[in-house]
Amino acid sequence: MKKQISEILKVIGIFLFGKFKKFTMRFKKSNTMKDIMMVYYSEAKSARLTGKKVAWITSGGPVEPLIAMDVIPVYPENHGAMIGASKMGTGLCETAENMGYSSDLCSYARADIACSTINGGPIGGLPKPDMLVCCNNICGTVLKWYEVQARYFNVPLFVLDTPFCHTGYSEETARYVRAQINEYISFIERACGRKFDYERVKKVGQLSFQGQQLWQKVLDTAAHKPAPLSAFDAFYHLALIVTLRGTPEVIDYYTALIAKMKDRIARGISAVPNEKYRLLWDNLPIWHRTRWLYDKFASHNACLVADTYTSAWCGTMKYIDENNFIDSMAEAYTRIYLNIGVDEMAKMVIAMIDKYDVDGFVLHSNRSCKPYSFGQLDIQRIVEKERGIPCLMIEADMVDERSFSESQISTRIDAFMEIIKERKK
Amino acid sequence: MEKFTEFKNIVTDPYTYCHKYKEETGKKIVGYTCSYTPEEIIYAAGALPFRLFGTNEGIQRADIHLQTYCCSLIRGVLEEGLSGRLDFLGGVVFPHTCDTIQRLSDIWRLNIPKQFHIDLVLPVKLNTASARQYLIDILERFKKDLEHALGAKITDAALADAIKIYNQIRTLMMRIYTLRAQKPEMISGRDLHSIIKVAMIMDRQLFLKTLTQIVAQLENAPAGKIKAGTKKLVLTGGICSHPDIYDIIENAGGVVVWDDLCTGSRYFEGILDEKAPPLEAIAQRYLDRDICPAKHAGLTDRGDSLIQMVRKQTADGVIFMLLKFCDPHAFDYPYIKEMLDRENIPCMLLDMEEQLPAGGQLQTRFETFIQIL
Ligand code: SF4
Ligand code: SF4
Repeated sequence: MKKQISEILKVIGIFLFGKFKKFTMRFKKSNTMKDIMMVYYSEAKSARLTGKKVAWITSGGPVEPLIAMDVIPVYPENHGAMIGASKMGTGLCETAENMGYSSDLCSYARADIACSTINGGPIGGLPKPDMLVCCNNICGTVLKWYEVQARYFNVPLFVLDTPFCHTGYSEETARYVRAQINEYISFIERACGRKFDYERVKKVGQLSFQGQQLWQKVLDTAAHKPAPLSAFDAFYHLALIVTLRGTPEVIDYYTALIAKMKDRIARGISAVPNEKYRLLWDNLPIWHRTRWLYDKFASHNACLVADTYTSAWCGTMKYIDENNFIDSMAEAYTRIYLNIGVDEMAKMVIAMIDKYDVDGFVLHSNRSCKPYSFGQLDIQRIVEKERGIPCLMIEADMVDERSFSESQISTRIDAFMEIIKERKK
Repeated sequence: MEKFTEFKNIVTDPYTYCHKYKEETGKKIVGYTCSYTPEEIIYAAGALPFRLFGTNEGIQRADIHLQTYCCSLIRGVLEEGLSGRLDFLGGVVFPHTCDTIQRLSDIWRLNIPKQFHIDLVLPVKLNTASARQYLIDILERFKKDLEHALGAKITDAALADAIKIYNQIRTLMMRIYTLRAQKPEMISGRDLHSIIKVAMIMDRQLFLKTLTQIVAQLENAPAGKIKAGTKKLVLTGGICSHPDIYDIIENAGGVVVWDDLCTGSRYFEGILDEKAPPLEAIAQRYLDRDICPAKHAGLTDRGDSLIQMVRKQTADGVIFMLLKFCDPHAFDYPYIKEMLDRENIPCMLLDMEEQLPAGGQLQTRFETFIQIL
């Protein structure tokens, strides 16, 4: 077992350092991303030995009640991102296709479903779940995906149903989601065999809120010109607010990161040397091409300074009552970025365009993610109309490399950058 | 039967029917996108519920809003909306189902402002007490939204009346399906398909009248026998917009005896409790009915009920009709196939793009499948 864990640690280390080290700053202190994630995944992987329960949960799911009950949350989507970044996505997707899953389904789901059956991927598969928690605030895909896993692992599944907010948050929705929070708590009590810790969840809720505030501050630093961090850095540092939201590690890590960013600002260090052009990114990262895209844009002195994706994890703070987390989380989890109407999304995009003062908007039309991608063409038009900045849509997939046409995308980025340069002359 | 001619005319050219209907009755027509639409409430408001089927041809306008990996059903519906051909509608209702329909609603609201637009954000779970309560609440809200949009009052008496009409229609539709499953030669699959489609278009009272006559005739049809060697099949999937399929299957030596389609049994299955409060009765039907894969009830509900359907109809096999880019159905296919395999129920997968594969090719595929049954 020990050997197994050290193997896992090695792989995670390779993953975290190998793929990202070139464009992320490193820390001298021991609380590096690598260390934290290694501890996190090895704890999760050894849960069987330590007697802890493991819950698989969707990335936008309410994790705080789990943490308050010492359940280890594991995120198949974060795992999916790791699979994509280590370029193992295509193989796993193909395995899923051989199992009968259509190649048009979300590649996180395909990769994860395949990975469960063969313990493949960069960390040898995720630890088996004792329970599954699926919140459909991000998509309908997670519902189907978690149903698949609930059948496969034969473990209880809780679905937190957060009705879509096309034009607002209705009273009916508020009542329904709030009622489900109680059902969720009972579900956890049953799974853990003990009473829910209402005191502890207050503390966890506060930490979660503080974590989100800090994460927002991290992202805010990119408003500085030149930006000390790029969206690619944000994609990397995001892992903690997703996986460890509600724990003190997040607070320490982001506090240090903010200090680091301030220091970079003070010393005039930018994410992209010679930053001349600032861009906004929409949709999930193309995990298997982050490095390539960073270089590509950097070669034009362009920096993707912000993105709609990583800011989703701190986008609903206005609905959270720090001192009454349990009651307010219903609204906060229901009104997240992907669970609102296209026009409201466009408004948020425009606010980001202004805040980060960007020169162009790059939209990743992501074949995997229909709720994120359908409506993008309308958002693009709204942005063009309201702000008149050039927009570029590239079609790809976050994990499945087969949908990426490098030469075509390269040419299009070049052409797009020419327009931006022309306008800024 | 000349009744079928009338039906066929409506199915081939529903818009002409609608224009005429509006002119003659002065009533409003309300479009809707899926079988979770509480038609009873629309009917009770004095309007005509009209299911949007979309088009497969000449798509241009929708491509400006939807990327290539969107299902053809939604692309086709949006095309019709943008083209202005649906301008006769007073408004459109969007019940929440899959991610694609969810965004269709947004895109519609932003680009087709002439008509009223109502979102009916149904629960995704259909198996808990709180979801049931939410469903009832949201139907209540829908009723108010609709009253507001149509400037009409929806009384309990009107709702009770609507429920009665729909119960009669559904009972008769069930009856036709049952009769046909026993004596498939009495009416072709294509004609049956037209009846279902007409049920979602035509003035419901007139439809009920004609349907009653059709069923009476079929009841008296001589008891025939299925042609020796004909294989009984169950069709499962989303909506079927290719009536040709029935002919091709029949030519290949098969016959569809039942289905689990949104434009099939899922549309008419389930009778409402006429004694319960109307909205509760409507909600209860959705909770009890076989579910759409975009909804959640249990982990194997769809598989279980499909197997039951096959057993009940003593069907020989199942055809999955999967529309490309339809996620909810694509996710369910592997597990349901596995369940069928375990029960030794043969099945075949028909991947559907916008257009059907060329007739001959498809017939050969069906023949090959039917031969192994
Ligand atoms: S990528 Fe999109 S479809 Fe896939 S799990 Fe995430 S939100 Fe859902
Ligand atoms: S359920 Fe499938 S066919 Fe229906 S709209 Fe959604 S994706 Fe299209």
